[in-house]
Amino acid sequence: MNMNISTQETVFFLLAAVIVVFSILTVTTRRILRSATYLLFVLFATAGIYFQLEYSFLGAVQLTIYAGGIIILYVFSILLTNQQADEKLERLKNSKVLAGALAAVAGVGITLFLLLTHPFGSSRLAGGEVPVKEIGTALMGTGKYQYLLPFEVISILLLACIIGGIMIARKR
Amino acid sequence: MEGLHLEYYLVVSAVMFFAGVYGFLTRRNLLAILISIELILNSVDINFALFNRFLFPGQLEGFFFTLFAIGVSACETAVAIAIIINIYRNIRNIQVRNLGQLKD
Amino acid sequence: MEYTLFIVLLPFLSFLFLGLVGKRLTPRAAGYTGTIVLAISACLSYITAWHYFTTAKVDGIFEKLTPVNFTWLNFTEKLHIDLGILLDPIAVMMLVVITTVSLMVHLYSIGYMHGERGFQRYYAFLSLFTFSMLGLVVATNIFQMYIFWELVGVSSYLLIGFYYTKPEAVAASKKAFIVTRFADLGFLIGILLLSFYTGTFDFERLTSGDTALFAGMEGISFMGCSVISWAVALIFMGGAGKSAMFPLHVWLPDAMEGPTPVSALIHAATMVVAGVYLVARLFPVYYLEAPDVLVLVAVVGAVTSLYAAVVACVQTDIKRVLAFSTISQIGFMMVGLGVSGMEGHEGLGYMASMFHLFTHAMFKALLFLGAGAIIHAVHSNEMTRMGGLRKYLPITHLTFLVACLAIAGIPPFSGFFSKDEILAATFHFSPVLGMVMSFTAGLTAFYMFRLYYRVFWNKANHHDHVPHEAPGSMTVPLILLAAVTLVAGFIPFGKFVTSDSTEYIIHLDWAVASASVAIALIAIGIATLFYRGESTIPDRLATSFRGLHAAAFNRFYLDDLYIFITKKVIFNGISRPVAWFDRHVVDGTMNGFATLSRRVSYSIRGFQSGQLQQYVMVILLGTLLITVLVLFV
Repeated sequence: MNMNISTQETVFFLLAAVIVVFSILTVTTRRILRSATYLLFVLFATAGIYFQLEYSFLGAVQLTIYAGGIIILYVFSILLTNQQADEKLERLKNSKVLAGALAAVAGVGITLFLLLTHPFGSSRLAGGEVPVKEIGTALMGTGKYQYLLPFEVISILLLACIIGGIMIARKR
Repeated sequence: MEGLHLEYYLVVSAVMFFAGVYGFLTRRNLLAILISIELILNSVDINFALFNRFLFPGQLEGFFFTLFAIGVSACETAVAIAIIINIYRNIRNIQVRNLGQLKD
Repeated sequence: MEYTLFIVLLPFLSFLFLGLVGKRLTPRAAGYTGTIVLAISACLSYITAWHYFTTAKVDGIFEKLTPVNFTWLNFTEKLHIDLGILLDPIAVMMLVVITTVSLMVHLYSIGYMHGERGFQRYYAFLSLFTFSMLGLVVATNIFQMYIFWELVGVSSYLLIGFYYTKPEAVAASKKAFIVTRFADLGFLIGILLLSFYTGTFDFERLTSGDTALFAGMEGISFMGCSVISWAVALIFMGGAGKSAMFPLHVWLPDAMEGPTPVSALIHAATMVVAGVYLVARLFPVYYLEAPDVLVLVAVVGAVTSLYAAVVACVQTDIKRVLAFSTISQIGFMMVGLGVSGMEGHEGLGYMASMFHLFTHAMFKALLFLGAGAIIHAVHSNEMTRMGGLRKYLPITHLTFLVACLAIAGIPPFSGFFSKDEILAATFHFSPVLGMVMSFTAGLTAFYMFRLYYRVFWNKANHHDHVPHEAPGSMTVPLILLAAVTLVAGFIPFGKFVTSDSTEYIIHLDWAVASASVAIALIAIGIATLFYRGESTIPDRLATSFRGLHAAAFNRFYLDDLYIFITKKVIFNGISRPVAWFDRHVVDGTMNGFATLSRRVSYSIRGFQSGQLQQYVMVILLGTLLITVLVLFV
């Protein structure tokens, strides 16, 4: 490995370590509240990757929606559904855990094999920061490479989810 | 920047993805399963952004795909949590193996 | 003479009418409808007979007339099945016989079947039978004959099984149907063989004496006999089945389970002589092309006749005695045909056979109807329950006596003339056969008078109630038939029905006649001795010849032999293995599939657990597997 480690690389390895470690912890810890907390760290690190890729807008969205919104939702629902929030999760049969672990490891192995042997060609970061103006134009336009229709669709989806969530969760 | 290849990022996202799969397979708590799904979605989001950035730098498809995916996953989480809370109200439990009671 | 069509069609219309709306009619109305329609039919056939025998003679020969004929199924230029009416002396004679007996039976049944359940159904079936039988005798071609032949079989089946709540009747109807069907199989094969080689179904062409027609069958032989012999022998097999010839006679005694008038009509006078009629119809074919088969006919007839006469001597069921008597008399007719020649005086046997058919139909119908009256009076078929009835049933007694004398062959009753001519023809053909037949005739006289004495004389067996004479509707047919029996012998039959359609002057052969009358008188004398009063001789004879008596009583174990063959040999040897194969191999395969799929379903039911995580696991593993396969294989 090259000994001249740049700042970018340092940041990446830090983020990668956080993601890997906390992903695994998320799915292995036996306390559900910790699990949610570790997920929060993974999401933060993901946002960091977006920033590093110079998709600052995406990173901001990730932080506000995922880390800021969804995780709060999780924490609240965990607190709502568990009498003791730190209640330990039910232990599974070892054979099932083992089978899941084996499947996951095999999947990682095959995927990594594919990734590392596939020639991706020019694999350099390129382009630079995407200006927000461009994003706004693309979202609001109807031309080629413009996304007004998906934007509207997802607006309606969100509306439907709000109504659906209320309908489902309201007290009868 | 010079040393950071696409593969580095992909390895990270692959690990995240299969961590999610493992969680999905082995967890028995509905919320824990949902968290695992978040991991999977997140790793896919990263991949979209990565491919856009590394392979097709001039375009924004992957970027917007990630954007919309985040929106959709927010919706999904909201509705799923609503359902889970409703289940909890009904059977005082959110373990997967008890969901069969809902059939009755 | 197109009106002859109505002779056949009227009973059919009556059948349709009674079959469709019979339930709405009162029994009386249904009975009268059937009887009146048949009376019209009978009148028409008398007119036909008058018309035919007075006008159809050309150059001393009776012509064959076909007043109605149309092509029904036209398969090819050569192969077509026609339906029509053929009138020749024997057909006209049969029309008269059938309509007369049928009319008598219709009339008689009004009284006899009074109050029975299914009275309308009974009349519908009677009409159907009459229609089929008439269609059979006027058939223009052998295939039409076959069609009506089967219809006759069906209506016989229906009528034997008329009391369908009685298991014996159902069994008897099945037996009759299966045995005759078996024989008809031979008939059908014979028809197909004959028509395949001659290219025609038509009676007129087949019996024209044209030997060129059969040229195609020359030289082709199978198992030592020529094809024509096989064909006509198989046709005779069909006739033997219907006419209850040995060894296919087993159904007829059992058929007595049907109502007695039905026995009189079908199983004594008309249907059972269909076989005789068939041979007579194809007589030129037999005589010219297959004389060896004609000998077979004679031998079968003689064996049947003797066998049935012996069995009849020991039966105690009045109707069974008459049934075996019928078999025996049909044997006589067959012998008559078998020994007959074709031309001129050689054709005595043919003429005699037809004459006997005619007289026998009358007196045997009379006997059966008389038996019906007796059964009506004492409510039993068993002779042991009868005795001394002559005081209670005077009309029945007298008419029955007339019929007994006729069948015994005492002049001047009709049976004497016809039977005597058969014997004369037989002696002319072969003295040995003649003596056998004379002996049989003696036996006939014996068993008939045994029956007569045991029913009407002897000591009166304690009856539960006083027997009473039958009502008028039953006695009138008895008297009419007795009158016919008295005078029928003087009909100059040879003028009308002969083998070559020319006139034939009957000379009584006095040597044969006196001998047979003597034999008959002796037999009657013995019967008088044995059965008129109390006598221990029959019992002593039965004990001293126990084996013979038991054998005869059990019909020489022929039925048991059939049961053995069918139940033990065919069922065990063929049916059981086939059934086993069906059950274990054919069904087994299917059951195996079912069991296999059920087992598999049970074992894979676990996959379909509803556990989402399990599904995902499987999907993941599958995806990985496919990936590995795509990558490395």
